Amino acid sequence: MTYVLLAAESGKNPLIPAIPEMVVGLIAFALLFFVLRKYVTPMFEKAFADRTAAIQGGLEKAEKAQAEAAEALKTYRAQLSEARGEASRLREDAREQGAAIIEEMRAQAQAESTRIVAAAHNQIEAERQQALTSLRREVGSMATELASKIVGEALDDQARQSRVVDRFLTDLEASK
Amino acid sequence: MNVASGGFQPPSSADFVFSPFIGQSAYLTKPIALIFLSVLVISVFFFVAARKAAIVPSRLQFAGESVYAFVRNGLGRDIIGQDFARFVPFLFTLFTFILVNNIFGIVPFLQFPAMSRFGFPLVLALLTFVVFHAAAIKKKGFGPYLKEIMFMPGIPKFVYVILTPLELMTFFITRPVTLAVRLFANMFAGHLLLLVFILGGDHLLHGVIGLKFISPFAFAVGIALTFFEFLVQVLQAYIFTLLTALYIAGALADEH
Repeated sequence: MTYVLLAAESGKNPLIPAIPEMVVGLIAFALLFFVLRKYVTPMFEKAFADRTAAIQGGLEKAEKAQAEAAEALKTYRAQLSEARGEASRLREDAREQGAAIIEEMRAQAQAESTRIVAAAHNQIEAERQQALTSLRREVGSMATELASKIVGEALDDQARQSRVVDRFLTDLEASK
Repeated sequence: MNVASGGFQPPSSADFVFSPFIGQSAYLTKPIALIFLSVLVISVFFFVAARKAAIVPSRLQFAGESVYAFVRNGLGRDIIGQDFARFVPFLFTLFTFILVNNIFGIVPFLQFPAMSRFGFPLVLALLTFVVFHAAAIKKKGFGPYLKEIMFMPGIPKFVYVILTPLELMTFFITRPVTLAVRLFANMFAGHLLLLVFILGGDHLLHGVIGLKFISPFAFAVGIALTFFEFLVQVLQAYIFTLLTALYIAGALADEH
């Protein structure tokens, strides 16, 4: 079959395919398919996969960092609130201690004053007693002396003297 | 081709027949040279674009990736679904091959869409035919697949009298034929249309004085149609690949 015949035929009716063109079309397509499949599509797929992985990796890293930051924040918050609690507890303690000290001091002062007052009372009582005793003795001796002067009789005798004084005092009390 | 003195000879199907560059071999014609040129151009472009497969792509890689992703995701993943990955190289080859050959129709000096030679689209359509039937047979087995085509479930029995021949025709004749003819006819008609206006404009330019003034309009329409042709060329490459993907998806689908 010569080219001229074929060309004339397909020239008349363009829907009659030329066999050489079909052969070439098949070979060319196969060739292109081979090249694209071997050298192009795997590379593009690899690029897509790498890119997806890179983006996912980045996202995961960011998520991890965020989680870490949140964790740190939580820790800090916990520590802060702990510190706040500690501080308020310390303040409370100090207040309580202060109050206790004041209370103790007041009690001490109270006790001290009571003691001082009591001591003063005792002293006064003792002094009064002492004054009473010495007064009684002096009044006795003065009275005896006076009486002996008046009576002219010495009441030197101890027993007598004491009797006289007693009588005198009894009289005194009775007259009261 | 058209000699001015002998009156205007409108372009015809004869304009789609090329003599061999040298000798008598039918393998040394312009359409065949264009086919091989397209293989070379596509291979080199995508080889260089894909070579590095970098995470952060260069402009070239990005351009190549965009085309690839368009076919892979838009035609492969979204239509075929789950099992799409193994069909992507075929779809990708189909799309780029048809696209570049179509666009050759408006590339200066090349200016011929090889797909307007019926042999090329026919081969591609037959390849699609083989691929989608093979995919179905591999998945379902020959018998069940044939049964699924011939006896669509859930239909009254007597309807099969009409439906079965129709379905058989659809799957074994209409699909490959329409695929091939659609692509062929679009490229053929588009090229013819451009020839009419550009050769016509040229003819007018060499004609009588009065007609010379009309010539620029013919050229203007020719240029406008070139843009239109570009649209058609891209669209036809897309449609061919889209239908192939749909046929494969149908072949892999469990039921109608």
